[in-house]
Parts: sequence; C-alpha cells; structure tokens
Amino acid sequence: MDALTVHRLHFAFTVTFHYLFPQLTMGLALLIVVLKTIALRTGDEQYNRAARFWAKIFAVNFAVGVVTGIPMEFQFGTNWARFSKAVGGVIGQTLAMEGVFSFFLESSFLGAFIYGEKRLGPKAHWAAAFLVFLGSWLSGFFILATNAWMQHPTGYLMAPDGEIVLSSFWGLLLNPWLLWQYLHNMIAAVVTASFVMAAIGAFYLLIRSHEPYGRIFVRTGVIAGAIACVLMLFPTGDGQGKNIAFEQPLTLAAMEGLFQTQSGAPLAILGQPDLDKQQLDNPLTIPRALSFLTYRRWTAEVKGLNEFPRELWPDNIPLLYYSYHIMVGLGTIFIAVMLAAVLQLWRGALYHSRPMLWVLLLALPFPYIATTAGWITAELGRQPWLVYGLVRTMDGTSAQVSAGNGLFTLIGFMGMYALLAILFLFLVGREIAHGPEA
Amino acid sequence: METVWFCVVAVMVAAYFVLDGFDLGAGILHLAIARTPEERRTVLASIGPFWDGNEVWLLAGGGTLYFAFPALYAAGFSGFYLPLMVVLWLLILRGIAIEFRNHITNSVWQPLWDVVFCGASALLAIFFGAALGNVVRGVPLDASGYFFLPLWTNFAAGREAGVLDWYTILVGIAAFLILAEHGALWVAYKTEGAVETRAQSAAARLWWLVAVSFVVITIVSFQVQPHLGESFRERPWGYIFPIVALAGLGAMKFLAGLRGFLGSCAYIVGMLTSVVFGVYPYVLPSNTDPKLSLTVYNAAAPHYGLMVGLAWFIPGIVLAAGYFFYTYRSFAGKVRV
Repeated sequence: MDALTVHRLHFAFTVTFHYLFPQLTMGLALLIVVLKTIALRTGDEQYNRAARFWAKIFAVNFAVGVVTGIPMEFQFGTNWARFSKAVGGVIGQTLAMEGVFSFFLESSFLGAFIYGEKRLGPKAHWAAAFLVFLGSWLSGFFILATNAWMQHPTGYLMAPDGEIVLSSFWGLLLNPWLLWQYLHNMIAAVVTASFVMAAIGAFYLLIRSHEPYGRIFVRTGVIAGAIACVLMLFPTGDGQGKNIAFEQPLTLAAMEGLFQTQSGAPLAILGQPDLDKQQLDNPLTIPRALSFLTYRRWTAEVKGLNEFPRELWPDNIPLLYYSYHIMVGLGTIFIAVMLAAVLQLWRGALYHSRPMLWVLLLALPFPYIATTAGWITAELGRQPWLVYGLVRTMDGTSAQVSAGNGLFTLIGFMGMYALLAILFLFLVGREIAHGPEA
Repeated sequence: METVWFCVVAVMVAAYFVLDGFDLGAGILHLAIARTPEERRTVLASIGPFWDGNEVWLLAGGGTLYFAFPALYAAGFSGFYLPLMVVLWLLILRGIAIEFRNHITNSVWQPLWDVVFCGASALLAIFFGAALGNVVRGVPLDASGYFFLPLWTNFAAGREAGVLDWYTILVGIAAFLILAEHGALWVAYKTEGAVETRAQSAAARLWWLVAVSFVVITIVSFQVQPHLGESFRERPWGYIFPIVALAGLGAMKFLAGLRGFLGSCAYIVGMLTSVVFGVYPYVLPSNTDPKLSLTVYNAAAPHYGLMVGLAWFIPGIVLAAGYFFYTYRSFAGKVRV
C-alpha cells in the first residue's frame, strides 16, 4: 500500500468508527429533552425514569464519542500536514470554535445532567439536558461548516504565492452548502436515535418486561422517527441533492452512474457501474426521473461522466454509486417502516402487533449503515479533491510520515477500536438488560 | 497580533496542564494513596465532575493552535507522529477507564480499570514532559518546514536525537513528579480521612524530588538551548516567570489545603511561561539550522483570520470560564462517597 492509501484509510477508518457514536449522542440529546419536557409538563414520573435510563446509555455512548473524537482533530496535523498548512487558517477557525463554544458547554453540563438530578431540581435539570443538547448540535454545526467548506469553499482568497487565506468570516459560516448539509446530517442523527429508542422499546414489549417503558420508547421513537424520516427526503435530502447537482455535477453523474449526458435522464434504482464499458450493467431505472428530481422538468438535460476529463472523476465510482444507493434505498424503507408504525400507533394496535415490533427491533442497525453510506457518498464524491477545486487529496498528506508508520498506527487504532466496540456493546447490553426500573 | 495569539495559546496550554494536571496526578497516585474500594471511589469522585472539562482545554488549545499557527500545527503534529499516536491511545484508555469503571462493581472489573487509569496517567505525564523537552531542544526542521522524529535514536540530545533522549526523558520525569505532586495536593484538598493523610504525606515527600528536578532541569535546559539564556539577558523582565515558579514551590512546601494546591498551580504556570518566554520568538526551534526555525511570524495565519478570531475567541473563552466557575462551585468542598 502506498502512503496516500494508508493515510486515506487511516482517516476513513477512525472517522467512520467515531461517527457511530456522535450520531446517537446528537439525536438522543434531543429525544431526552423531549422526555424531560413531557415529564416537566405532566409531572409523570415514568417519563423522568425513561429519561434517566437513556441518560445512562447516553453517558456510555458520549464517552466513546469523546475518546474517539480527539484523534480526529489530531489527525489533521499528524496525517494531513500539507492540507493543514494550506488551509488551517480557514478551517482552523471552525475547529477552534467547536472547542471553545461547544466542547466546554457539553462537558460542563454533562456532569450536571448525569449526576446532578437530585441537587438541581426538575427545572435546572431540564436546563442541563437542554444545554447538553445545544452543545452537541453546535458541535455538529462547526464540524459541518468545516466539511461544507471542503465541499464548496467560500469566503477565501488565493494569495499570490498560492496560499489559501480566509477573507470573509461570515462567508465561511454562512456557506450556502452548509444549510442543507447541516440539516440533513442532524435529522439523520434524530433518525438513528429514534430507531434505537423504538427498537429498545419494541424489545421490552416483545419480551413482556418493563412494558410501560417499552410503550413510551416505541411511541416517542416512532413519532420522532416518522417526522425525521420524511424530513430526510424533503426538504433536506432534496436540498442537498441540488447542492450537488448544481455545484458538483460530476459527482452527481458518478453517484447516479450516469455515463452519458442525456435529456430526460433515467433514475437508476439498481445496476452495477461498469467502468470499462462505461455503462450500468443490469439496470433497473425509472425513465426521466433523474431529470425531474434535479431540474423539475422531465426532459431536462443531465450531464454524464463523459462531459468531464477522466482525471477529475472520483477515484472509486462503484463504491460511491453503491454508498449513495444504499443510503437512498434505506432512507426510503425507513419512511415506509415509520409511517406504517405511526399508522398502527394511531389505530391503537402498535403495542400488540408483534410483526411490527419485530420489524422495529431488527431495524436497529440500519440507520447507522445509512448514515455511514451517506458520509461515504459525501467524501468519495468530493474526490479527487480534498478541498473541492482547490487542494487535491494526494497533495494533502504528511509527506514525512511513511506508509509503514501510518500502517502501524492504523493497525493500532483497529485493535483499540475493536476493544472499545466490545466494551460499548457489553455495557449498553447490561443497561438494557437491567431496564429503566433498575 | 501574532504575539497576542502566541500568548493565548500559551495561556491555554498552561490552563490545560494546571487543570488536567491535577487529574493526571490523581491518576498517577491512585493505586498508592487509595487502597480499599471505597478509597478508590473517593479519589475518582474528587476528579469525576472535572476531568472531562479539563481535557477540553487540550482540544480547544489544539484547535486554537491549528487556526492561529497552521504551519506549526502541521509541522509539529506530523513530525511527532509516533509519540502523538501513543498519546492518543493513552487518552482513549484513560478516558474509558474513568468512565467505564463504575458501571460494574466487582473485584475483577474495577481493579483492572484502576491499573489502566494509573498507568495511562503516568505515561501521559512523561510524554507531555518529553514533548515540552523537544520544543526546548529543537527538532531537525528542513527547508520545507517539516521534520520527522523517530521515537529514539542514540539518546544523545544532539542533532540526530529522537523524541526521547536523555534531556527530554529528564523533562518527562520532572513533569511526572510535578503532576504527581499537583495531584496529591488536589486529592488532599478534596478528601478526608486516610486518603487525605496519604495524599498529604505523598505531597510532602514528592516536594523534595520536585525541588531537585527544578534545579536539574533549569541547569540543563540553559545548556541544551542557549537561546533561553539570550532571552532572559535581553529582556530581564522575564525573570518574573521563574520567580512565580519559585514562589509556587515555596507555597507547596509551607502552605496546606487549597493554598498549597494553588502553589503548585503557580509553579506549573511559572515553569511553562518561563519556557515559552525563553523560546520566544521561536515556536519550534530547529536544531540543525536556526534559520529554519518556526517563529511566531512565519508560522502564523494571515492577519485577517487572526483579527476575526479575536472577536469570537474573547466572548467564547469568557463563557467557558463561566461554565468552569459554575462547575467548580457546584462541586465545591470535600467529596463524600
């Protein structure tokens, strides 16, 4: 393996593993605020107990998110030094703001939230939960602002010597790319948390234990999940798709497996991109749908890969295509599952419908897969650029860090994270087995 | 403007070592001063609500360094690749040791994490000290502004030195001693009974070692990095920093409770600021050709970004100080478990 591949795998592995945790943190923070609000409004102690149960899972999840997050900031310097030197003056702003504005907030009030319920009283404890939620969503904002700048750089100037210099602070923070990307990502976090909550609730109802809590979890999970799943498609997914269609048309062509420019371009549901023959094998398509989704006109022309020089194509089009299709396919299934569950809830049948509860239970891993596939789409779609149109990925690595040294630490992280995953599942499994009444 | 941000980063680093320093120190001494399960819980409770927030200073300081001095962040982090990765692994192990330990109460699970907590804390203190030693000694920066250091070579503090040589190891040991002392004073201040007594006697004994390390480190640092002496000769007002450190050293010896702990805070701040003052205007000296050194000027981000940064940094850090004040006040007094 060459050094570039090692550095890319190093970041890909550590960030993929890391993001399994913050997505639940951010979504669950919101759902815990919802539970706490209901408890405060109605005085129903069951909702407080429900919030306390999720707070325990939140704490374990948060701890893994923190310890796997620190390596992310470090790696900008350790593995991507030339990238950091070139653009640190720009994206260092948002990364430093994350530390100053959100990490201090989160870490200070997490302790108060986890350990301080008795001492704080119900209102102050609600406020602590809200501040933890605010901190985690702010953190997401600054990271997405950083990523949005890499996808669509704004507010910068190219100095005569080629240095990339921040020229507008608000240009960086109010990047037009950021709005839809941020909302799409944060609502995805709510989808993950809703599915997790609904799955644990379904589990309790299926095993007929902790049933009052099972009902609270299923109800909260499917209502929040149904709203969030719909918002994932429209307007956030649609908005993010338009970002890509208008600003990265080459990426869109690669994601969709569209090799030739076409008027009335079809939308591929299934099929395998064949780079040698430049076609989609075994295609199952909806005629003209891609043109309509992109431009709201059935006959609009959509640019294919053939319009662009080959050296600018994303370097792994099949993986990009599959990730994108997995994300969209799962997102569509999520809408169907959650709407069906809400319908049953409305008819009063959900808590006794064992098939539906089984579906909710078995759905648990899939939001994680969809989110991961979505991020792979975003990051592979940007290739061969690290900062779109400005810095090539191969020009961003640390030139002094050899492939051998990089592989050594990549293997180290794999071992370390395998251990973390086992401990996390073990501890969360114990909490679930003990249940909310423990 | 570059110097302002240099001072900001220095203050954040100092805040990190003062704050996370006491919980690292508590970790170093954990096995020695707490023996029964209840005593172990007491030591952990004395840092429980604070340690995570303290560690944020490392991240926030790192982020600030990244945006104000991107060239330094790039060169330093890639050049110290291997030791930084070890630091990351230690931070991971230490974090989960503290957070996961109390989920299960039995005589396999808890002692296991206690040992991990102690070992990771001790190694982190040594690595942080060694890192500081490297910044003082200088690194082999080349014309492109980068370097790469192996973990060790021949242990001589010369041009072919690795991350660990006799000098940086000495600084590592000094850091280990002062953080242990700092942690002992914190635990003594926050606890009662047997733990308090053991922490006090550990602090008293460690003081002599800290005093010896102060003398040794001061003498050898001026020899390893001649620029330190030049700085103090050119700007004698800088002697205020070692004087603060000496005053702190005295306070640790003669004052008890919170004031003794504040003495070790002053000592840490005094020592760090002395180093920073002595190295300035370098941020990373080259030990092969002084002209290739990174300075506050050639490593800083352009003016506009630094100006804008000040506009959000000042309110941001005031807010953060407010959260810290709130947290430390809500968990004030001796811990009871």
